Amino acid sequence: MLRDAGASPRVLEVSDLVTQFQTTDGVVHAVNGVSFSLDSGETLGIVGESGCGKTVTVLSMLRLIPEPPGKIARGKAVFLGNDLLAMTPDEIRQVRGAQIGMVFQDPMTSFNPVLTIGRQLTEPLEIHLGMTSEQARDRAAELLEMVGIPQARERLNDYPHQFSGGMRQRVMIAMALSCTPQILIADEPTTALDVTIQAQIVELIKRLRDEIGMAVIWITHDLGIIAGLARRVIVMYGGYIIEHAAVKELYANPLHPYTIGLIGSLPRLDRVRDRLTSIDGLPPVLYEEAKACPFAPRCPFVLDKCRQENPPLMEVAPRHEIACWVDVKTGELRS
Amino acid sequence: MTGSENNVLLRVEGLVKHFPITRGIIFQRQIGAVRAVDGISFRIHKGETFGLVGESGCGKSTTGRTILQLYQPTAGHVYFEGIDLVGLDKEKLRHMRRRMQMIFQDPYASLNPRMTVGEIVAEPLVVHGVAHGAEAQKRVDYLLELVGLNPAFSNRYPHEFSGGQRQRIGVARALALQPSFIVCDEPISALDVSIQAQVVNLLEDLQNQFGLTYLFIAHDLSMVRHISDRVAVMYLGVIMELADRDQLYTNPLHPYTYALLSAVPVADPLVEERRQRVILEGDVPSPANPPSGCRFRTRCRYATEICAEKIPEWREMVKDHWVACHHVAEGGIPPWKRM
Repeated sequence: MLRDAGASPRVLEVSDLVTQFQTTDGVVHAVNGVSFSLDSGETLGIVGESGCGKTVTVLSMLRLIPEPPGKIARGKAVFLGNDLLAMTPDEIRQVRGAQIGMVFQDPMTSFNPVLTIGRQLTEPLEIHLGMTSEQARDRAAELLEMVGIPQARERLNDYPHQFSGGMRQRVMIAMALSCTPQILIADEPTTALDVTIQAQIVELIKRLRDEIGMAVIWITHDLGIIAGLARRVIVMYGGYIIEHAAVKELYANPLHPYTIGLIGSLPRLDRVRDRLTSIDGLPPVLYEEAKACPFAPRCPFVLDKCRQENPPLMEVAPRHEIACWVDVKTGELRS
Repeated sequence: MTGSENNVLLRVEGLVKHFPITRGIIFQRQIGAVRAVDGISFRIHKGETFGLVGESGCGKSTTGRTILQLYQPTAGHVYFEGIDLVGLDKEKLRHMRRRMQMIFQDPYASLNPRMTVGEIVAEPLVVHGVAHGAEAQKRVDYLLELVGLNPAFSNRYPHEFSGGQRQRIGVARALALQPSFIVCDEPISALDVSIQAQVVNLLEDLQNQFGLTYLFIAHDLSMVRHISDRVAVMYLGVIMELADRDQLYTNPLHPYTYALLSAVPVADPLVEERRQRVILEGDVPSPANPPSGCRFRTRCRYATEICAEKIPEWREMVKDHWVACHHVAEGGIPPWKRM
């Protein structure tokens, strides 16, 4: 595993996570043996397109997968010494929303529309921290102030529809941070927002991260956001981690053909490119364990071996892992 | 603006579109209006891609639809090859529509689920009486091939296709009548990153092949920079700035454009490290009750009294670079370089 010498203590260690869904078309292999770790205070980016398994990975970890049709087939997710996947429902509820906070993509549908923001903000404070309703209300107003909502105390009486999209996402962040979590999981928190509002939210989370010293897992399809935010990045494809490196290394020196294609398909704000390199074909849905590289059908570098054996994640350069048989510089098999 | 008068394909003058806000069920009274588009003017030249950017609710999609007369404009004129589309009688407008087509944002909602792909692409041909039966089928096969789909798929239904493939079907339908002008309304924002590049490359290829003119409406500023020749920036129903692509992105003059550009993340950690962000405070005000004077003033750090009192004039500050801001000085010096 890639670690700095003398790094901060590890808060999360996920190993060999496998999640599957029973559907009418067969068993969908959504997450296939994913392993990663997270150190205290660090920001990890998980990047991939829709259906790559990035959201299912964290939902599995938090046991938020509906079972059935979902099933966590194997794996561990050790959070501060305890395996989240082996906890009883009561135990995991103590962790969720308290030690691990979550912010989801859609600020419109993540609130209960018939309860006031105040009620929804004070609930975790009363449940997890045992505050009285008075204390919880004071703390809730503080939290709203912290995320930059004007007239915080009065706005506790408002309902979710009375807030704009950006404001609702701020309230969501306040809620996620209400119990000072060790880890904040942000699942595409800015995808539904305009760029100027997105910039506000990104700055806010960065500031709060540094103030509170929490670790962040930021899930997104946007390689742009991750560039300025994360220390390490994981790229997922077809439920597998296919590349893992420090952020600067990944953008300067991507080694997996999929990552190379993804970066090549992005237009740049700061310069003009003649033509975007597109990746032909579509991302896969896996109905069985991959016997070949899942990217092989779309890969411009594909060799015979890629169609016969699925490459494991291998360290091919210092602190840089990829799951690929091919050395893209020579176009031949890696020795 | 660049180009001679006869190079202009589309001229929009003082276009206004207000949507009424009503109260009451039986006796409806109008109590206000959402001023979605509030007096905009620009020209689109033959063969160019004109980018229209802005945040949600700024009126960019309404602009596209009003140009094509899918919405009846409240005021203003739209000249297509010199003919004013506003107030044109139905039959003549129908005839003009062959020349102007649209590609929609949502490839899931813009295709009829009960029609086969062949029927969808052939429909414009049949409606306009251009081709029927076997001849139409031949044309459909050609169009599907053109957009990179297998003609054998023409008996399939939209749900059998992925988002990117559906958008290709939408492109084929738009091309069926050999239009010269296509409004692309957020054509890629519903697609995955790797698929976006496929569709954008297709649009560029088709433009080169057929000399198409595009109005490309999007909120993704990086993509607009990539595809456009000239770009207009909209905010709350008005155009704030208009310039050649490179001029606008490297030398913006309006504080809103500047903030918008600085808010877009760049996929390069080394660039991101050095960037200074302008974070705009607050949200976009309601278009039903826009601020007086300059509409951006409530979020603008350079706003002064005059911005509340007077609507800024639309001025050409540098050749072909237009901006509506009181604080841009002669010679095209933006406020952040002066104040």
